[in-house]
Amino acid sequence: MRGRAHQYLGFGLVGLLLLVILTGFVWLPYDPLAIDLDNVLAPPSWAHWLGTDQFGRDVAARAMLGARISAFIALQTVALTVLAGLIVGLASGFLRGWTDRILMTFSDALLAFPGILLALSLIAVLGQSRHSIVIALSIAYLPSVVRVVRAAALSIREREYVEASRAAGDGPLYTVWRYVLPNALPPVLIIATSLFGWVVLSESALSFLGVGVPAPAPTWGNMLSSARPYMASASWLSIAPGLCIVATLLGINMLGDALRDRLDPRNAA
Amino acid sequence: MTDALLQVSGLRIEADQPGLAPLLEGLDFEVAAGERLAIVGESGSGKTMATRAIPGLLAAGVHRAAGSIRFEGEELTALEERDLRAIRGAGIGMVFQEPMTSLNPALTIGKQLAEGLKLHRRLDDAEIRRRCIDMLRRVQIADPERCLAAYPHEFSGGMRQRIMLASVLMLEPRLLIADEPTTALDTLSQREVLELMVALTREMGTALLLITHDLGLVAQYTDRVLVLEKGVLVEAGQTREVLAAPKHPYTAKLVGSLPRPGDGGATGGGGDVLLSIEQAVVEYRGKPGLFGAGAPKRVIDGVDIAVRSGEIVALVGASGSGKTTLGRAALGLKELAGGMVRFDGVDIAAMDRRQERDFRRAAQIVFQDPFSSLAPHLRIGEIVGAALRHVPGLTAAERAERVTRTLEEVGLAGYERRRPHQMSGGQRQRVAIARAIVSRPRLVVADEPVSALDLTIQKQVIELLQALQRERGFACLFVTHDLAVVEQVADRVVVLEKGRIVEEGATAAVFANPRHDYTRRLLAASPALAIAEGSAS
Repeated sequence: MRGRAHQYLGFGLVGLLLLVILTGFVWLPYDPLAIDLDNVLAPPSWAHWLGTDQFGRDVAARAMLGARISAFIALQTVALTVLAGLIVGLASGFLRGWTDRILMTFSDALLAFPGILLALSLIAVLGQSRHSIVIALSIAYLPSVVRVVRAAALSIREREYVEASRAAGDGPLYTVWRYVLPNALPPVLIIATSLFGWVVLSESALSFLGVGVPAPAPTWGNMLSSARPYMASASWLSIAPGLCIVATLLGINMLGDALRDRLDPRNAA
Repeated sequence: MTDALLQVSGLRIEADQPGLAPLLEGLDFEVAAGERLAIVGESGSGKTMATRAIPGLLAAGVHRAAGSIRFEGEELTALEERDLRAIRGAGIGMVFQEPMTSLNPALTIGKQLAEGLKLHRRLDDAEIRRRCIDMLRRVQIADPERCLAAYPHEFSGGMRQRIMLASVLMLEPRLLIADEPTTALDTLSQREVLELMVALTREMGTALLLITHDLGLVAQYTDRVLVLEKGVLVEAGQTREVLAAPKHPYTAKLVGSLPRPGDGGATGGGGDVLLSIEQAVVEYRGKPGLFGAGAPKRVIDGVDIAVRSGEIVALVGASGSGKTTLGRAALGLKELAGGMVRFDGVDIAAMDRRQERDFRRAAQIVFQDPFSSLAPHLRIGEIVGAALRHVPGLTAAERAERVTRTLEEVGLAGYERRRPHQMSGGQRQRVAIARAIVSRPRLVVADEPVSALDLTIQKQVIELLQALQRERGFACLFVTHDLAVVEQVADRVVVLEKGRIVEEGATAAVFANPRHDYTRRLLAASPALAIAEGSAS
């Protein structure tokens, strides 16, 4: 029963996030970039639900646009990481031998760097833009996906249905495409959901550190960052984006758990 | 009757989910002190559940709905979990099926053996060590001192099961429950472990409750037998009487599925040599040391085998003899380190693309484990159809038609849309057979095709394979450790020991007059043959 409540909460929170993002396309309470110097640091009110920041910009509107930007960056990063991870992981796990050794050495080397530091230095090289955030985070998170895919591929390649495919005369590419890939997908799907959560968090952290999405475009991270000096006097500035991050992570992780339960063959009817 | 060691009456086990039929219904039985009782039945008959209920170890999802279980006069069902724990191990010992998972891989054997003694007896460390060594010696572990410091992965399945037995018997239980203790072992270790179990329990006066689906073992090792079918006790009595004259039709069916000499009989093919394995050598890379790979391990060492078209050749040997590897090598699925395999006179390693494609179509394989050989995400129709992918000049409709007809032939008409997990083990193995024959091969390598199945299902699958072989006339290399099956199907038999051929010849001749010592030991270790001979005389 407890598990059920978890699942519903997860679906609910992620649904809410989607709703906020979709609403943001057709309606925002204010222009999130419009500066209104008469209304600086206004506390939450009927006019400004979540208050305004130091330039008088509406916090609710900025949080809604921020959700869109954060989610898009996370989606792009997850897609890129999973795609690259599948290719590298399948090659490594299915071919074994030298390919495996070389790829895993690279992957282990990447893994040895703290993710956020690696992303920081990559952005320093690539220049500060949305694309470089996506590329930097994808590279930083690649090893974790590669490991999962490789482990799955290693165990699947020993299954007799893979041998049966060889015995039937199928080439290795076809065998991987038809037999290894589909059976390696469930664990990848699970890691993809938690990856989404990590990327939202990392992107916020990068923005907080000032190397994320360039101003004036809002993200939850750079909203938090610019709210720091006003933590005591205008706490609403940090509470709103902070809560958004927490709710999103919570929802995504619960969704991931539900997905894991669903995909676990032991729970299949 | 009241002096029975264990008295189970009216035992009823149900699933927690309401509305399902009970899994076990009104089971009554007794075990006297020192007696050896067998519970037989196929998978799903409830035999494991019945015995798990005794020490209160039912799996989650099922519970005891009614019935009493008295052990040494004490009602176990009324006991608290804490008091039950005192009885488990010290009063009732259990040995499980899987020796690979029932020992903790992270602890040394010595620690695991000592655990039980520490829990149930007050002894000092020196005394515990002395007892452990003594017990290991009794289960015939060669170097008990060294064994104590070793970890489970350093031992083979048979050795682990002996260690398991030692750890259980060290507490001197009055009742030993052994749940399919040797199913995971090969025939030779099976015999060793069981004889040891019987000898030790007899010596210690321990009663033995043996759960098995193998009637051959029942005949050899137990006094009385209970037969369970779908959760209901259908027959009980002295082992000898039950097996000689089964009263219930289900028991008769079980006894009837035992492979017997003289059954069926081989067809005696004799065409041209289709497959010839010449001086084959297969090596595995050795365990890599810190620097570089270790010395390669030779698993097949200079083997010659010829299979003529239409002939069934059995390849037998204990586990580790290299028979499975050789079967794979015959199809080019394992690379040879020396020698060659010719199919229709052509070296399969030197084939061009066209020849290779034709070879792949003409030579097929049926694997041992029907749960791992069928891709779980595909439908049955797709799995069988995949074997036709490289057959030239077939339209999609013709392909579907061939799949449908082949499924009919293996008795699975209309199963195209099912998925593997919706089918039983026997049905899955039929799918595997359909996949192998759909491309009309001239050679089928069958790698232990029935050893993972229940006895009655084994019989059906073997008969199916035989019927198809007779009808289509493909040659078959039948890899197995089960000599009873060999006698039933094979024209010729090749006996493999440690990667070399130790004996070969016509099946009847080899069975009647085995020349090599290893063959004789294999024959002696085949319990099914022993009872078949016993009932014939």
